[in-house]
Amino acid sequence: MNLTDFIAAAPEMTLLGLICVVLIADLFIDDDKRVLTFWLSMASLAVTFWVLLSTAPADTTVLFHGAYVSDALSQVMKLSIVGFVAVVFLYSRDYLRANDLHKGEYYVLGLFGLLGMMIMVSAHSMLSMYLGLETLALSQYALVAFDRNNSNSAEAAMKYFVLGAIASGALLYGISWVYGITGTLDFAEMSSTIAVNPELNSLPLWVGLAFLVVGIAFKFGAVPFHMWIPDVYEGARSPIALYIASAPKVAALALLLRILVDGLGVVQDTWADMLMVLAVLSLLLGNIVAIAQTNIKRMLGYSTIGHVGFILLAVFCGTAKGNAAALFYTLTYVVATLGAFGIIILLSRRGYDAVLLSDFKGLNQRSPWTAFMMMMIMLSLAGIPPLVGFFGKLNVIDAVLSVGHTWLAVLMVVASVIGAYYYLRVIWYMYFEDAEDQAVLLAGHDTRIVLSLNAVAVLALGIVPGWLWALCVSVLS
Amino acid sequence: MNFLAQHILSVLIWFPVLGGILLLIIGDDGDSGSAKAGLMRISALFVTGITFVLSTALYAGFDNTALSMQFVERVPWVEAINAFYYLGVDGISTPLILLTTFVTPLVVISSWDVIKSRPAQYFAAFLILEGLMIGVFSALDGLLFYVFWEAMLVPMFLIIGVWGGQRRVYATIKFFLYTFLGSVLMLVAFIYLYGETGGFDLFGYMNVSLSLTAQKLIFIAFLAAFAVKVPMWPVHTWLPDAHVEAPTGGSVILAAIMLKMGGYGFIRLSLPIVPDGSAYFADLVIVMSLIAIVYIGFVALMQKDMKKLIAYSSIAHMGFVTLGFFLVWSISSETGAGLGMTGGMVQMISHGLISGAMFLCVGVLYDRVHSRQISDYGGVANTMPVFAAFMVLFSMANAGLPGTSGFVGEFMVIIASFKANFWYAFLAATTLILGAAYTLWMVKRVLYGEVANDNVAALKDLNAREFIVLGILAISVLLVGLWPAPLVDMMNVSIEQLLAQISQPKL
Repeated sequence: MNLTDFIAAAPEMTLLGLICVVLIADLFIDDDKRVLTFWLSMASLAVTFWVLLSTAPADTTVLFHGAYVSDALSQVMKLSIVGFVAVVFLYSRDYLRANDLHKGEYYVLGLFGLLGMMIMVSAHSMLSMYLGLETLALSQYALVAFDRNNSNSAEAAMKYFVLGAIASGALLYGISWVYGITGTLDFAEMSSTIAVNPELNSLPLWVGLAFLVVGIAFKFGAVPFHMWIPDVYEGARSPIALYIASAPKVAALALLLRILVDGLGVVQDTWADMLMVLAVLSLLLGNIVAIAQTNIKRMLGYSTIGHVGFILLAVFCGTAKGNAAALFYTLTYVVATLGAFGIIILLSRRGYDAVLLSDFKGLNQRSPWTAFMMMMIMLSLAGIPPLVGFFGKLNVIDAVLSVGHTWLAVLMVVASVIGAYYYLRVIWYMYFEDAEDQAVLLAGHDTRIVLSLNAVAVLALGIVPGWLWALCVSVLS
Repeated sequence: MNFLAQHILSVLIWFPVLGGILLLIIGDDGDSGSAKAGLMRISALFVTGITFVLSTALYAGFDNTALSMQFVERVPWVEAINAFYYLGVDGISTPLILLTTFVTPLVVISSWDVIKSRPAQYFAAFLILEGLMIGVFSALDGLLFYVFWEAMLVPMFLIIGVWGGQRRVYATIKFFLYTFLGSVLMLVAFIYLYGETGGFDLFGYMNVSLSLTAQKLIFIAFLAAFAVKVPMWPVHTWLPDAHVEAPTGGSVILAAIMLKMGGYGFIRLSLPIVPDGSAYFADLVIVMSLIAIVYIGFVALMQKDMKKLIAYSSIAHMGFVTLGFFLVWSISSETGAGLGMTGGMVQMISHGLISGAMFLCVGVLYDRVHSRQISDYGGVANTMPVFAAFMVLFSMANAGLPGTSGFVGEFMVIIASFKANFWYAFLAATTLILGAAYTLWMVKRVLYGEVANDNVAALKDLNAREFIVLGILAISVLLVGLWPAPLVDMMNVSIEQLLAQISQPKL
């Protein structure tokens, strides 16, 4: 190994260095100039983005004795994650400032979480995957508890931490079984070992696999390991819920693809059934329970569970098309979710969080453009064309049909119809009801512009989805 | 002009949509009497008027004898999945597009000063809806068709929900979810066919051979989408609710055009793509159509609400459309089969005009009295003689009086069903009695007799705006009734081709 090998890992190293700079610089910034920390963090993200673009190796490169990989998939995922986190920071700034929560820790924890996600995305062995996952998870636990005087946040953080620790334990236990059976932590070696010794594909491996799937399902929030999602979304302050609901979904997909497809793809028929059960339960429970919610963050939590069902079904297919569909679905889902939480944050103001569905009443009268953006995002999540959510669902249904599971395709579309009800309810409140609250919506110009771009992206990606789909297919072929 | 001539369909779709978006951008200022609101109305009329004028180019340039699609536009859209932006029209879709561009300006005029809240958004919704509906009728790519088909629900959802009556939220959500559930199954069928053919081209779908099981399943998926849209008994229950709660303009578009999409779907997709599946289920569809004609006719008789009555009569009349289409396999002679198809198509156009006019008539009364109950009226002819003349004409047309457009389609379908089976014809012909009964009984109770109450006594007759709208519709109803030849000639070649396509098993 020589020094040039490190270049492939330059984005992570750069980011780590910049986080330390932000952390220390923040100590010397007065409270009233805290916005400097925000701009420093944004600059760090920009630099990381640039480093990602400029140092990407042309071919798949495995580094550090098989611990780290840089390939097309990691490149696409990292670029999108960095972008998503930048948008999260921007949407959060005004809210945090208005609620006296504008502290440097928010950005530093967010950046550490990003580092964890990037490591997960580039993991090539169980160990680095686990380290990345824990870096992300610990940052998230701390973020949820960030508003320490708020009892809801404290409760959510406690639940999240306890359940998260159990899930990490399950994952680690599963890793140890698989390591014991195959004798390696490296995904590529694991795959070839099992392929060469088919007798390994027996009960002990399946036990380990079951624990791995439990850990992954928890990180995704698939039924029956979903309990934390609605509670954390509801309990955490809106910007933190926004963070948790967005970029980490991409990292969770990396966790799924790297472990199950790269590492254990040879035993696909074993884990596929597990994923299918989880996915079907998620589709039904997520979409049905969301109907009963009155808190929009909780509703979006259950809706996430429903969308996870789609992502898992795409990966369940075990085909390149299915994996590409999962990536497309996740990326576009995160774009829509960013917009939804962005608007929730926009409706909030000092001392008041717009978390109830009824806070959306009459939004069309208060701000037609905001209502229109929210409508596009809700329709996209419901899967109505020509918005991008439709193409996500189209690709997943196509992948599932091409492996011959017609009943799953029918189940998916029926679940979307059930899901349409609660998305339509948001539109109903915004358009059909009169406003109870006439307060003017306040936000910086940069937030408004990015939010508008975000909503327009949901429409534009739906009208010209071809390039993104081609990209997803090419990185997963 | 050359560009316009080559892209006439795209222009017809996107001109109203862009106009609608422009209206949304300019927005409302909260005052329906302001100059800005007036400008919005005029712009909406301008856009729909221009669209109608442009669509006459479609009529002028249409070749009745051409065997292939006309005004074709085909460019790659989502290349990764082989989806094309593929438009084209034939004798089946052109009359429906003309109907759309004809009715929409009338709706704009009829809503002129009736809509008090947010006129810009209201008219924008109709403009966008118009473009999307034309898109449905001209799309020849399955994915594009589905996108227009589904996107169309959103403006209608808002029209009913924002500007509707008391129970509008219930009605509009029911409307959306019913139609959405039907259409997603169609989407699954499209994706399955994509797997079989490697693209979304509708002609590819028509030429691929499919097993009988696959055809049956695809037919059921299509049936779910189109039967809800038509709507056929027993999935019709959303329609009375949606019609009653929708504002007048929404009811007109819903009855005149959106219901036709179900019929169009059957004739454009079900019959040619899965002919053997259609043949297998033809008897089922015929029975459902006859139930719609007879049973729903009786239900209409019992209605106390005028809009509900017309809604149920729409279901009964649309029964003729599906009956005419699915008689093909029961008739041995080709002319008879063609007669059923043509009758169904003429019935669609005619019903578009008549039901639109009937809803506008109810709208005229509702704007004055704010009631749709038949019992709140009586003796309206005394105070509104001109209006009464129009309403009687449209009611006669609705009952299928010879000389009006309502007669032509129904008569053709009844003749065709005689060739198929006496009992089909017998049941279908009951509509001549039932239709007359429910329509004319309503007319009697609303228009004739003594002036029932002070509200009726205070009624003012039609204003110029209403007169123009109803007058134009009256002329067109008579025109189609007395001289249907241009309409029928337009369809002939396309229907012959369709019959040839259907008669070839594709197992």
